[in-house]
Amino acid sequence: MFPVLELKGVNTHIGRYHILQGVDFSVPKNQLTMLLGRNGAGKTTCLRTIMGLWRASAGQILFEGRDLGKQPTRAIANLGIGYVPESMGIFAGLTVRENLVLAARSGPLDEARLDWIFRYFEALKRFWDLPAGNLSGGQKQMLAIARAIIEPRKLVLVDEPTKGLAPAIIQNLVEAFAELKKTDTTILMVEQNFHAARALGDSVAVMDSGRIVHAGSMKDLAADEALQNRLLGLSLEAHQ
Amino acid sequence: MKIGRFDLIPILLVVAVTAGAAGLIGSASTWVTLTVAGLAMGLLIFIMASGLTLVFGLMDVMNFAHGLFIAVGAYVAASVMKAFGGTLGALAPAILGAMLVAGVLGLFFERIIIRPVYGQHLKQILITTGGMIVAEQLIHVLWGPDLLPLPRPEALRGAFLFGDIVLERYRITAVALGLLVFVGLVLVLNRTRLGLLIRAGVENKEMVEAMGYRIGLLFVGVFVAGSALAGLGGALWGMYQEAVTVAIGAQMMVLIFIVIIIGGLGSVTGCFVGALLVGLVANYVGYLSPKVALGSNILIMVLVLLWRPQGLYPVGKA
Repeated sequence: MFPVLELKGVNTHIGRYHILQGVDFSVPKNQLTMLLGRNGAGKTTCLRTIMGLWRASAGQILFEGRDLGKQPTRAIANLGIGYVPESMGIFAGLTVRENLVLAARSGPLDEARLDWIFRYFEALKRFWDLPAGNLSGGQKQMLAIARAIIEPRKLVLVDEPTKGLAPAIIQNLVEAFAELKKTDTTILMVEQNFHAARALGDSVAVMDSGRIVHAGSMKDLAADEALQNRLLGLSLEAHQ
Repeated sequence: MKIGRFDLIPILLVVAVTAGAAGLIGSASTWVTLTVAGLAMGLLIFIMASGLTLVFGLMDVMNFAHGLFIAVGAYVAASVMKAFGGTLGALAPAILGAMLVAGVLGLFFERIIIRPVYGQHLKQILITTGGMIVAEQLIHVLWGPDLLPLPRPEALRGAFLFGDIVLERYRITAVALGLLVFVGLVLVLNRTRLGLLIRAGVENKEMVEAMGYRIGLLFVGVFVAGSALAGLGGALWGMYQEAVTVAIGAQMMVLIFIVIIIGGLGSVTGCFVGALLVGLVANYVGYLSPKVALGSNILIMVLVLLWRPQGLYPVGKA
């Protein structure tokens, strides 16, 4: 499958810390790629480096064959990349509507797409004119994701969308991402919830100590308990 | 207590201060005169401070040279008024000239002085303070060291009399202009995409950029607009005092910092309410107990921060 995104030998330094130490992996088009790994493995740094929020000190990041290395963050976003940070990054003082209006770069909100989003994130419709800061944690996450997909994107980067959420809301998010996959959106997702990761992932890359230590299909990883234990320190089954 | 999304309590505090002062002052005519004077002072401070609170909130820049734009606005207004004979017709060119020159100066200041020190607070304080000192000397070179008269146009002199109540025309004008600036700013911030971007940027600059917007351009625009507003405030404050000195901006900075801190850094509504509070209390206390007047604003700041440590209208920061 043609890769939308390729990382080749990417290194990132934050201050005196060498976080990414030669990251190599690719994200196939129209697939959901899971980036897994223990805490501190460098997953969030990887997404932030792709977005240009931290600069790669070496290596190449190719998006549709174009090098993102020297591009400013706004230019990277304008290539059609949506980003949902771990902190969600919602604007608490703005209403749900205002958050989405800002995210829709090409013009007014597309009613049909909005209706599609409301089907999965009904709370956003209910709290449309309420400040986003008043939403619950799960609703804020819904807003952060809705903002990233309010317009069709070529690639969506999502950092731990299920973090700290109740199981019912996680199920809701899993269904929403499963539906998003059907729209041929390419997604790179960092996830710690292995149940969600297995349910959604087509391909997987596992990080450890700033490097990719495994890349392949999620199906193969899900079927191999020994590999899971070796790479992640626990099995997917045990985690459920 | 809220109306929709709006927190009413700080507004009620201003009303309570005003009502409390009525009881202490006793005379209704004196109270009305002092209240109008307080509102005029407060709204003029608001005009000068509103730009700084946005610069502080959006760009996280501690600009100690904001007073420079106030001083330049006042000097430009004085020069234009003099050139046009000090008539009412000269008022608009004087105000526009003050805003234009202060705005252009703000553009150069941001590009040359502020840009190299983004994210470095200590350097910002040092370099903007230094920039202010150098600029004050340049004002001396251009306009001379002497006090410059800035007489109000004849039409804005004198007062309206309603029985015992004396309402100065210029103060009424200042109140009207201050309200106009506030309403304009609120409309821009709440009803336009640019305003949404500024509010979003105050909360989380990184996310605004990750959504594809040019945050750098937004910074420059807000800095220039903030400088132009300071120029407008300087021109109006100069006419309020009918004289301009090079220290006019620096003298206002203490009050401006108090206003933006008690309002909540980055909040225009907070800056507005804070400015009204400071203006009213300064006038009431100045009348009731002149010796305490100097410290009254510091006392307000202490009390407000003990009550709401993030200011009257805190702005959530990511």
